[in-house]
Amino acid sequence: MRFTDPSVVAWQGVIRRLPHVDRVGVEERAAQLGKRSIKTTAKQQGIRLAVSMLDLTTLEGADTAGKVRHLCAKGVCPAPTMPEIPSVAAICVYPSLVATAKEALHGTGVKTASVATGFPAGQVSLDAKLRDTEDAVAAGADEIDMVISREAFLAGDDTRVQQEILAVKERTGDAHLKVILETAELGSYDHVRHASLLAMEAGADFIKTSTGKAASGATPGVCLVMLEAIRDYAERTGRIVGFKAAGGVSTSKAALHRLVLVKETLGDEWLTSERVRIGASSVLNDLLLQYAKTETGRYGRAEDFSKE
Amino acid sequence: MNTRLQVRKTYKLWIGGAFVRSESGRYDEAHGFNFPRASRKDVRDAVQAARKAAGPWAARTAYNRGQILYRAAEALESRGDGIGVTREEREAAVDVLLHYAGWTDKIAPVLGGVNPVAAPFLSFSVPEPTGVVGIVAPDEPALLGLIAELGPALAGGNVCVSVLSENNPLPGLDLAEALGVSDVPAGVVNLLSGRRRELAGALGAHRDLGAIVDAAGDRELSAELDRLAAETIKRVRHGDPATSYEDATTDALERLNAVTELKTAWHPVGA
Repeated sequence: MRFTDPSVVAWQGVIRRLPHVDRVGVEERAAQLGKRSIKTTAKQQGIRLAVSMLDLTTLEGADTAGKVRHLCAKGVCPAPTMPEIPSVAAICVYPSLVATAKEALHGTGVKTASVATGFPAGQVSLDAKLRDTEDAVAAGADEIDMVISREAFLAGDDTRVQQEILAVKERTGDAHLKVILETAELGSYDHVRHASLLAMEAGADFIKTSTGKAASGATPGVCLVMLEAIRDYAERTGRIVGFKAAGGVSTSKAALHRLVLVKETLGDEWLTSERVRIGASSVLNDLLLQYAKTETGRYGRAEDFSKE
Repeated sequence: MNTRLQVRKTYKLWIGGAFVRSESGRYDEAHGFNFPRASRKDVRDAVQAARKAAGPWAARTAYNRGQILYRAAEALESRGDGIGVTREEREAAVDVLLHYAGWTDKIAPVLGGVNPVAAPFLSFSVPEPTGVVGIVAPDEPALLGLIAELGPALAGGNVCVSVLSENNPLPGLDLAEALGVSDVPAGVVNLLSGRRRELAGALGAHRDLGAIVDAAGDRELSAELDRLAAETIKRVRHGDPATSYEDATTDALERLNAVTELKTAWHPVGA
C-alpha cells in the first residue's frame, strides 16, 4: 500500500520538526504587498486576469438547475458589453448539479468543478467520501474540490489525512484534484504549512485555502504561507502544485492583492488559470464594476450587472 | 504660569460609522485644528457604505426612524457650544432635526394616498425613499445649512453622503461625533470635509446616487451638477442656504418631495 510508504512516513517526521512560521513577519509582508497601487491599464489587465482565474461558485442548499445554468451563462460571458473580459476558469457546484453545469458549459472551454467528500465538514465515512467523488467524476466533473479530514488532522493523525487524499486521488482519474485545507479550522500558520505539505505529498494538483463556509478564509497571511509552501515543495521535488484562494475574497482590491502575493512569491509563470484560481461567488460583479469604472470614468451601481 | 500643552484634536471623516483619515492622507487646517481633505476615493467609499446601509434604513418603520432622529437631536443638544457655530445656530439646528423627526410617519399620509380615478380601479400612491442622496452643504451657516438638508433626506428614509462647508468644516465634523454616539446606524450619514468642487463633482458623477441636494449657492457648481446629474440620471434640488429655523422648515414638503419617489399602483375593482 502506498499509504504506509516508508518515505512518506519519514517525511511526516521531518515536517513536524520544521522551525515555526514567523507569524508577525508573514502578516507584515502580506500586508505590505497589499499596499501596491495598481492603476489604469495595469488594473485592467489585473482584473481581466483575475476573471480568467475565477472558479465561479454556488454552494447553497437552494441551488437549482436553473440557477446553475444562469451562473454558467454568466461565467462564459461575464459582461456582454465588455467583450474583452474573458470567461471564468470554472463553475463550481455540488455533485448533484455537475451534469447540469457540464451540459451548459459544453464547448465553451469553461471547466466544471465539483466539491466532494462530504463538503464542507467532511465528517462522513471514507466510503461515503469516495462514493461522493465517484459520483461527481461520473457526472463529468473536470475538477474535484475535496476537503481534508480536519478531525484527523487536529488529532495528529497525519497518516489518515494522507490516506484519504490518496484514496480520493485514485478515484478522480483525469480530473484535477484540489485539496481544501479549511485553514480557519487548523489553528495556526504552522498547521497551515504542515497541512499544505501533507496534501502536496499525497498528490494534490491544487491546494485550496477554505470552503467559504468557515469564519475566515483566504486571508493574506494564510495565502502567503501556502504559496511559500508550494514554492519550497516545487524547488525540492520539481512538481508544480497550483493554489486556490477561496473564502473572503469579495472585492477587486482583495483579488488583485492575492495576485500580487502569487507574483511576488512564485513569479510570473504562475499568473495563469492553470496554476492559480480564485474561488468566489460575489467578487465577479465587483471586478466588472471596477473595470467599467476604468473605462467610463464613472462609478456604477450594483444593478449594472446581473446577480448570480 | 500655566505650562500645560494643549492636546489638539485631529478631526476625521465619518464614513460607514467609522472615523477615518482621508484615503489620500491630505489635511487642511482651520482654527488651529487639522481636518482631512477628502478625495474622490473617499466619496466612493462613502457611497459604498451608504448603499449598504440604505436597505435596512428604509426598511425600518417610520416611527422608529423618528425616534432615532429625535435621539440624534438629543445628542446634538447635549454637545454644547462648538467651534465655528453660534449658540443660536446650534439651537436652531436641533429644532430643525426635531421638526423632521416628527415628519417621518406623516410623509406617507401627506404625499401618498388613494387617487380619485374615473375607472373601476383602486389607484393608490405610496412614497418611497430615493435611496442614496448626495448633499452639498453651504459654507454658511455651516451646521444649520447642513441639518436643513440632512433632516428631510433622513426623515424620508434616505441615506446621505454629505460634503461639508469648505470654509468652516468643524461644526459638520463635530456633528459626526454627536451622531456617532446617537442611534443613527453606521453608514446612514456620511460626512466628508474637503474641497467642495472636487467632492461635489465626484458625487454628481457617481451613478449609484439617486438624488443630489445642492445648497451651496455656487452657480457654476450648480450648472456642473445639473450636467453630471443628467448624464447619470439622478434628481437634483438646488436651494439657498437655510439661515433660520423658518427657512429650513416652512418648505418642508418641497424638501421631502425632492428625495422621495412616488409609487402608484392600479388595482381592478368590481366588474
